[in-house]
Amino acid sequence: MLLIKCPWCGDRDEHEFSYGGEAHIVRPRDPEKLTDDQWADYLFMRKNPKGAHLERWVHAHGCRRWFNVERDTVTHAITAVYKMNEKPPRSSKT
Amino acid sequence: MNNKPSKYSIVSLVRNALNYHQNWQEAWRSPEPKKEYDVIIVGAGGHGLATAYYLAKEHGVTDIAVLEKGWLGGGNTGRNTTIIRSNYLWDESAAIYEHALKLYEGLSQELNYNIMLSQRGVLNLAHNLHDLRELSRRVNAIRLNGVDSEILTTEQVKAMVPIMNTSPHSRYPVLGASLQRRGGTARHDAVAWGFARGADARGVDIIQNCEVTGIKRNGAGVEGVQTSRGFIKAKKIGVVAAGHSSVLADMVGLRLPIESHPLQALVSEPIKPVLDTVVMSAAVHVYVSQSDKGELVIGAGIDSYNSYAQRGSFQVVQHQIGALLELFPIFSRLRMLRQWGGIVDVCPDASPIISKTPIKGLYFNCGWGTGGFKTTPGSGWVFAHTIAQDRPHRLNEPYNLERFSTAYLIDEHGAAAVAH
Repeated sequence: MLLIKCPWCGDRDEHEFSYGGEAHIVRPRDPEKLTDDQWADYLFMRKNPKGAHLERWVHAHGCRRWFNVERDTVTHAITAVYKMNEKPPRSSKT
Repeated sequence: MNNKPSKYSIVSLVRNALNYHQNWQEAWRSPEPKKEYDVIIVGAGGHGLATAYYLAKEHGVTDIAVLEKGWLGGGNTGRNTTIIRSNYLWDESAAIYEHALKLYEGLSQELNYNIMLSQRGVLNLAHNLHDLRELSRRVNAIRLNGVDSEILTTEQVKAMVPIMNTSPHSRYPVLGASLQRRGGTARHDAVAWGFARGADARGVDIIQNCEVTGIKRNGAGVEGVQTSRGFIKAKKIGVVAAGHSSVLADMVGLRLPIESHPLQALVSEPIKPVLDTVVMSAAVHVYVSQSDKGELVIGAGIDSYNSYAQRGSFQVVQHQIGALLELFPIFSRLRMLRQWGGIVDVCPDASPIISKTPIKGLYFNCGWGTGGFKTTPGSGWVFAHTIAQDRPHRLNEPYNLERFSTAYLIDEHGAAAVAH
């Protein structure tokens, strides 16, 4: 089980959180101007890296706030936790 | 080619018994990789080996190498809960899963290798009125596609599985079930081993401990693969790497709509026969069958987060055991022997991708999520056709990579029952 440090509540068990998938996917400004391929890329295509992954979590059974996490998808080690409006840590290659 | 394997039979069994089983021929060779092949298959799991087998048998392509980074059948092929069924809702799914089930039905004879197919039936339980209506709708759709399926009442379920708690006072009462009698289980390792032996006998080189680290492109096409045992040239490359599909796609800058998740399963200590069918429940979320050794084989849903670690979180196990005991209070003092995880490649529509790619000569077979084992022969069959003919088989035409742009998704979420 993961121990996740919520930026507001501190260390909590994984089962208090819900997973929100890849972080930093920006909704296109003018969706109607996109080709079908570009729209599909936004909707469906994912990085799915083996290693450092930037992802979103929500403290569903706590403060109910969203935040970003950098977690290794092989070791499950969490290397950074940062707020939604913050930039990913510089160490991240993704 | 020159490696004619001896046929397994009662005669060979007796002959080898007299020699204390010291002289069994190896089921497949372990050759050194050649410099070049017509076709390279990346991944010697069930799907990859089946692809190589059908390429050789149905399409006369025998200059094939199947590259495996670990050992043969050591990934999801050896980690699933061995359930086989074809009771899928949509026409596209019913067609390919039923094709696979029909191939399974003749596979032991065809491969001269006992895959221990046991068509013990698969039950999908309904726990509320909506479940029951949804199952009825699915059963009707499934039957229209010529696949066997029927609805059982609570009493019929109880008669079939007497140890199940069907009390109307339980928290999630069993209101009925759908049943596919032709569904069941097979020995997962034997499926991989049988296909490996069959492919090897037709001249396919199966090369284990050979990890693909790069795919070399040549203009619009492919030139070969970089591996831990050197560069190997190939005219065509078929990638069947399950959880690691995104990693391989990344090597050629291809983006896939796939996320890798852990899927955990566990087996109990062996007990006397108590359960002679497969029981699945989407609502309380568990599936269970009893192996020939007597162990209960238990599975449930995926861990929510992306992972390549072949292990997941404890609360997922806790949840599936809770669900198991809700249905079978008799198992409450059973001890669990082993628990493991596999990396499943999940597509947004919970259907696979068996497709050509924008790169000529590069093919992907991935996105099977949690439902890959039951399609092993069918997947290999259509993927072999796709590679050999450079165009999809009728059955896998809908499973192309372009469907995410054309929006022709095959939405099998909740596929006929449990998560997938």
